[in-house]
Amino acid sequence: MHNWRQPGFWVSFLLVFLGGLVVLVLRQDTLRETAFTILMFVGLAASLNILMGYTGYVNFGHIVFFGLGGYFGFFLVSELGWPLYVAALGGGVLSAIIAYLIGCAVLRLRGAYFALATIGVNEAARAFVSNFEPFGGATGLYVNFSAYERYGGAGQALWLTFILLWLVALAVVVVSYLVKRSRFGLGLSAIREDEDTAMVMGVNAPMDKTKAFLISAFFPGLIGTLYFFKNGNVEPDDAFRFQMSLEVLVMVMLGGKGLLLGPILGAFAYERLRGYLIVSPIFKNLHLALSGGILLLIVLFVPGGGVGWFRDRFPRLRRWLE
Amino acid sequence: MILQVQEVSIRFGGLQALSNVSFELAPGEIMGLIGPNGAGKTTLFNVVNGVYPPTSGEVIFRDEKITGLHSYEVARRGLARAHQVVRPLNDLTVRENVMVGACFGRERHSLGKAAALADQALAQVGLGDRAGQLAGNLNVAQKKRLEMARALAAHPYLLLLDEVLAGLNPSEITAMVETIRRIRDDGITILMIEHVMQAVMSVSDRIIVLDYGQLIAAGKPEEVAANPQVIEAYLGDPEMTARLMAE
Amino acid sequence: MTQILPSIVDGLLIGFVYGVAAMGLTLIWGVMRVINLGHGATMALGMFCTYLLFAHFALNPYLGMVAVVILSLLFGVIIYGVALQRVIQAGYLSTLLATFAVNMIIIGLGTWVFTTSPRNIDFSAGSITIGPVILQGTRLLAALAAVVITGALYLFLHFTRPGKAIRAVSNNRAAAELMGIPSSYVLALAFGLGTMLAAVAGGLTSTFFPFTILSGSTYQLKSFVICVLGGLGNPLGALLGGLFLGGLEGIIPTFMPVSWVPVVEFVLFVLVLVVKPTGLLGSK
Repeated sequence: MHNWRQPGFWVSFLLVFLGGLVVLVLRQDTLRETAFTILMFVGLAASLNILMGYTGYVNFGHIVFFGLGGYFGFFLVSELGWPLYVAALGGGVLSAIIAYLIGCAVLRLRGAYFALATIGVNEAARAFVSNFEPFGGATGLYVNFSAYERYGGAGQALWLTFILLWLVALAVVVVSYLVKRSRFGLGLSAIREDEDTAMVMGVNAPMDKTKAFLISAFFPGLIGTLYFFKNGNVEPDDAFRFQMSLEVLVMVMLGGKGLLLGPILGAFAYERLRGYLIVSPIFKNLHLALSGGILLLIVLFVPGGGVGWFRDRFPRLRRWLE
Repeated sequence: MILQVQEVSIRFGGLQALSNVSFELAPGEIMGLIGPNGAGKTTLFNVVNGVYPPTSGEVIFRDEKITGLHSYEVARRGLARAHQVVRPLNDLTVRENVMVGACFGRERHSLGKAAALADQALAQVGLGDRAGQLAGNLNVAQKKRLEMARALAAHPYLLLLDEVLAGLNPSEITAMVETIRRIRDDGITILMIEHVMQAVMSVSDRIIVLDYGQLIAAGKPEEVAANPQVIEAYLGDPEMTARLMAE
Repeated sequence: MTQILPSIVDGLLIGFVYGVAAMGLTLIWGVMRVINLGHGATMALGMFCTYLLFAHFALNPYLGMVAVVILSLLFGVIIYGVALQRVIQAGYLSTLLATFAVNMIIIGLGTWVFTTSPRNIDFSAGSITIGPVILQGTRLLAALAAVVITGALYLFLHFTRPGKAIRAVSNNRAAAELMGIPSSYVLALAFGLGTMLAAVAGGLTSTFFPFTILSGSTYQLKSFVICVLGGLGNPLGALLGGLFLGGLEGIIPTFMPVSWVPVVEFVLFVLVLVVKPTGLLGSK
């Protein structure tokens, strides 16, 4: 059914696969930390792309699912002592359920109204968690160190977390590809291009949008659990940073929305760039302004993102740059 | 009867867009829907295929009440539509555009099957050689054909055509009318809104006329053309009257 | 009761200023269908502008507002020309991201120049006591300024040529262009006015709360809530929405912890968007 010989898929998959493999072979802690951040954003950007790129719904609250799922997963692994794998899945499932509930209400809105509502959802979630005592209120939760012990101490646990994150990132790539190359994905593209026409052609837009939202929200929940477990604590301002939602969005735009490879390269490029700017003495204090400048230039002059630009320029590369 | 529209009315705020419109369509028929601008023709299409629920009245399709169903539910029952304002999915290829119709229309095919059906539908409307292009790159006449192919690929029982001849040159019109006849010969019933009088008079088995949201005439083309009420309805539009009288 | 009344009055006075900020956002939306994500950053610039004039030139904040008005109007027009004109037809994703990019640039440069340490304008305008209610002079003046600005905006939109052009474009851009109204000039003006309202609201806020370059984001979110309550694109609705939100912020703390205020606000926001996207007050 699916064409697994499609080179575009393998380019994306191998990129993430080999990237993680190199880190595992070299076994350096600093490299792992850098790679962790990049893979995290690859997963977040690629999952946002399912809703934003494929379906055309801009979600300013993608990080809500990272935050809520992460909080829940962290709670499970640290407070209730569940195994990390199960806790992470729990975080993902909770995110997906919440996305379903939110989606039923909010996905009726179109365009800018939907985008606005997602801003509201992000803030409401942050404000709610800050007041929710089981999650530690405004101060958040700290990891119970016995949770690390189970995996042979903090050092080992960090490597395990990294491997899990790598697998999750690969899973996002595979799922993104499957969605894109499916009948469901074709329906999503139709919704993106013109929702009313899509419905007239028989696409059940309300249901398909909700499904896309749900899939898009599942992965941030997993990633959130792993991230907070790695950090050892979780607090509202860290879990629901509106800024982070926007950064993920910038990554998708930078690489090229709606493409498989776009968010992966976008996340990588943005993270590397930020990493460079933060340590550079000249740009250290200007990295936010520079990121903004880059975003503005992309929006104004390269709306298809980097990968999209190459696809337009070199049509023969289309097969490779899915 | 494949389609029965019974006493359909719809109001938008203070505007009575349709009042008590009733008509029936027999299988295999081509019916023309004409009327001056703003008469409610496109609104009637929107009610029939579920974009708007009517304020009152019923729409019955193949003996099933479809009033108030969502447009995608109507589509799945075998009612397809080509829009007046062509709205191809610009970022997709021509083939992918047509596949949407095949995948989500009446027969709900898988992707592989849909691709084959899409090529078939594209050949049917004479767009076979454009399948791999981006839909955004087509010209107006080609987009109209694409619009038809999308509707056809769903293998509908009933096809609604909204001004598919508008904006075409005479030779393109002749070709398109030919295509419409062929589609009917394949067993698909057609209800078409058209302003190109000569074409609609020649291709239709029957014609219904809307004016200010009311059905003012129905019958064979020559009867309708001779109907004084119809002529009067078009009087506000002298050019149209002249064309109608010239038939 | 003696608790509630001062709290509500205080909330309402601040609500006027919220209303002005929201008016700017709603004006931009109404005329150009752009949600300005740089609104909060612009408010912060208004705060700093007022602050710098006060701290370095000892300029009375209310006189300083005149400078804020002129500078921010110009600033808005420039931002429109640089960041928005090119993508104004390209759909909401492009304009959202373009204004967000502007937001990042302003905040980034602002953090570099001003750091994020809090500032405040040490300016007192006395106070008036009416029964149990003590009215802070700065808040009274801010509310008064808000009313004056709203009135001026109303007069401008209804009785001047450029104002009427803005309303025409807001109603139907294509039709206005056919009538010979140069829409890009009108859009630039509208964006300038919206930016000005944000900056002025920022300036007024700076007289009663300490602030940093990041403070704008809170007010920007409040402006979203208010716009939605009052109906996006409806300036009068924005002012009433501002009063409503200010009043709500005054009332809520009397029966539940202050930290729940944002929860209530944003839940209300999402509910209104979902149930009645035209706003509680309704609009066309």
